[in-house]
Amino acid sequence: MSSMMILLVLKCLSQIIFYCICFAFQMQTVTIIPGDGIGPEISTSVIKIFEAAKVPIQWEERNVTAIKGPGGKWMIPPEAKESMDKSKIGLKGPLKTPIAAGHPSMNLLLRKTFDLYANVRPCVSIEGYKTPYTDVDLVTIRENTEGEYSGIEHVIVDGVVQSIKLITEEASRRIAEYAFEYARNNQRNSVTAVHKANIMRMSDGLFLRKCREVAENFKDVKFTEMYLDTVCLNMVQDPTQFDVLVMPNLYGDILSDLCAGLIGGLGVTPSGNIGANGVAIFESVHGTAPDIAGMDLANPTALLLSAVMMLRHMGLHGHAKKIETACFDTIRDKKVLTKDLGGNSKCSEFTAEICRRVQDLD
Amino acid sequence: MSAARSVLSLSKILQPWTGLKGSTVSVMRPVMCTRREKSSYTVSVLLKGRDVLLVLGDLICLTDWGLHRFCCVPVDFEVVNVDSSLTSEDEINNAVTAIRRNGVALKGNIETNHNLPPSHKSRNNLLRTSLDLYANVMHCQTLPGVQTRHKDIDIIIIRENTEGEYSSLEHENVPGVVESLKIITRVNSLRIAEYAFRQAREKGRRRVTAVHKANIMKLGDGLFLQCCKEVAAGYPDITFDNMIVDNTTMQLVSKPQQFDVMVMPNLYGNVVSNVCAGLVGGPGLVPGANYGKDYAVFETATRNTGKSIANKNIANPTATLLASCLMLDHLGLHDYASMIRKAILRTLSETRLHTADLGGQGTTSEVVQSIMKEVQKGGPLTSEKI
Repeated sequence: MSSMMILLVLKCLSQIIFYCICFAFQMQTVTIIPGDGIGPEISTSVIKIFEAAKVPIQWEERNVTAIKGPGGKWMIPPEAKESMDKSKIGLKGPLKTPIAAGHPSMNLLLRKTFDLYANVRPCVSIEGYKTPYTDVDLVTIRENTEGEYSGIEHVIVDGVVQSIKLITEEASRRIAEYAFEYARNNQRNSVTAVHKANIMRMSDGLFLRKCREVAENFKDVKFTEMYLDTVCLNMVQDPTQFDVLVMPNLYGDILSDLCAGLIGGLGVTPSGNIGANGVAIFESVHGTAPDIAGMDLANPTALLLSAVMMLRHMGLHGHAKKIETACFDTIRDKKVLTKDLGGNSKCSEFTAEICRRVQDLD
Repeated sequence: MSAARSVLSLSKILQPWTGLKGSTVSVMRPVMCTRREKSSYTVSVLLKGRDVLLVLGDLICLTDWGLHRFCCVPVDFEVVNVDSSLTSEDEINNAVTAIRRNGVALKGNIETNHNLPPSHKSRNNLLRTSLDLYANVMHCQTLPGVQTRHKDIDIIIIRENTEGEYSSLEHENVPGVVESLKIITRVNSLRIAEYAFRQAREKGRRRVTAVHKANIMKLGDGLFLQCCKEVAAGYPDITFDNMIVDNTTMQLVSKPQQFDVMVMPNLYGNVVSNVCAGLVGGPGLVPGANYGKDYAVFETATRNTGKSIANKNIANPTATLLASCLMLDHLGLHDYASMIRKAILRTLSETRLHTADLGGQGTTSEVVQSIMKEVQKGGPLTSEKI
């Protein structure tokens, strides 16, 4: 009887100690949305690598599918929303949008649910993954809620369509402020506003004015303006001249993919979405690759680098650096690479190699 | 350079004088070439500034000077000034009238001050819409002798030039909320698609790719894509496919060799043509052409003003000179066009005299001199074959 009591007491004590340790190490909860296609396997890779790096994160896995809520509006499952509202940080794999599904894309739903107004893509050349462009180191910050993607279109008369590009003072100011704060917090030197105000005088003009106003409050960061076409022209000739770029939705869409192409494509590009109310969702922006799903062939680099971005956002810079270094070293070494990176290894082998390096770096 | 200036001042004096045909003002008289045939064509040349002869204007003078002196091209140039700093639209309207009269023009880019209110419209855009120059064509090719990251690029970009995002229809609903209208019409989409496929067939091209964002702009770009598909059905010998604009730019910087002919609405055309110009060596190399039913205007493909390098004798004259070759082709003067084109390419590849934008040390005038020498070396066409 007494031994049972002792056992019970010991068990309670260990639980208390465990929670104290968790509290001491500030175990943060992160909502993970594995996604479709290769999503689950690359998410598993990331979780394994984070375990190897002893990152103080506990994962809460949720799935997002569009469901019809009360009032007939499409929404994400309430459990997913609840989890994200509580944890404030999310990591997301690729989601498929079936054509003619009757509901808007999942990415759009997530964006609207959490008011993800800023899409951030740091594009840094990966040593070891050779592209015609070296020394790329820039960040594209794209306004993600309005602009050309407002979805407001009308057929005026048969054969004449108008699409409305919406620019508001509020959204422009918000994205400009985020861009300058990002530049300041990440030791970046300059912010360039990308626009076409020579043609779209009022809309891009408003965007530009807000950027100029916000720039006044950030005198430590250099502010320049450049036409979209000039940026494109110069980007493909000398991308090193750019630092942080801020722009409305469509230009951001085009430029962020252009920059992803400079460093090697969507398979190696991280991305983060910042929302109002402190929510941030980091994601890989490539597709679901259904043709290789479940075959252990996927490349988890994009999701991993997005997770590293997430760690930096959470302030866990040490862990971020460790994992990033392990990942880049593995790619630079060229011994264990997935097929899209030019190698022959499986996803699990690539993951194991990164885990090994992470542990060696300890 | 001073020779050119004196020609221009002479031309200003001669301005009121009307030519024999009575219809056009012949401004630049061939002074040296005595064996030239009578001018069959008069071309309007738009300069950018009023008091300052900007680089482009000088080049055109030099080109003309060079052409007349060495090549005896039967073209007269009527110079029209458009001052970008003036707020009245009179000058650009005069320019439009001149082009309507002559049918063909060679143009420099007119700067738009985007800090002025919306009532001050882009002069370049006004010109394009007034003359209904619906097709902007840019042929991007890897040029010999120019160092670039990508090789073997040969893309023809056909961009709708009058509507889309460039409709200049904007309004502020309430303070702080602005709407800008992007207009896509069936008529113009069919027209540009038809132009693209016709060009592809004439030039023996195999594939036309439509660039769009119809997954997001379902109605607008959806209509454009639909029109392209309809036109494609009439050209079964040409493969038609489509690509979303963000993927297109990504593909362009990694594998530009996969593209053949591309057709797209206005803004995507702006982006894609600048990306392609950058890929083949920069804004100083690529000529562009704007075609309408009745008029044609030739300029540099990327429409830069080159403000920061103006009047320094460092600009690359290649794009403008190649644009004038396109003009000569349009006028049917193919021999002259290919002679000058060959000379330009030889300067680029053999003499390797490059301007600063290509990493060289040559000045604008040195490059033009070199081209003129190459033309002279080219031989007979310069004096016998007229």
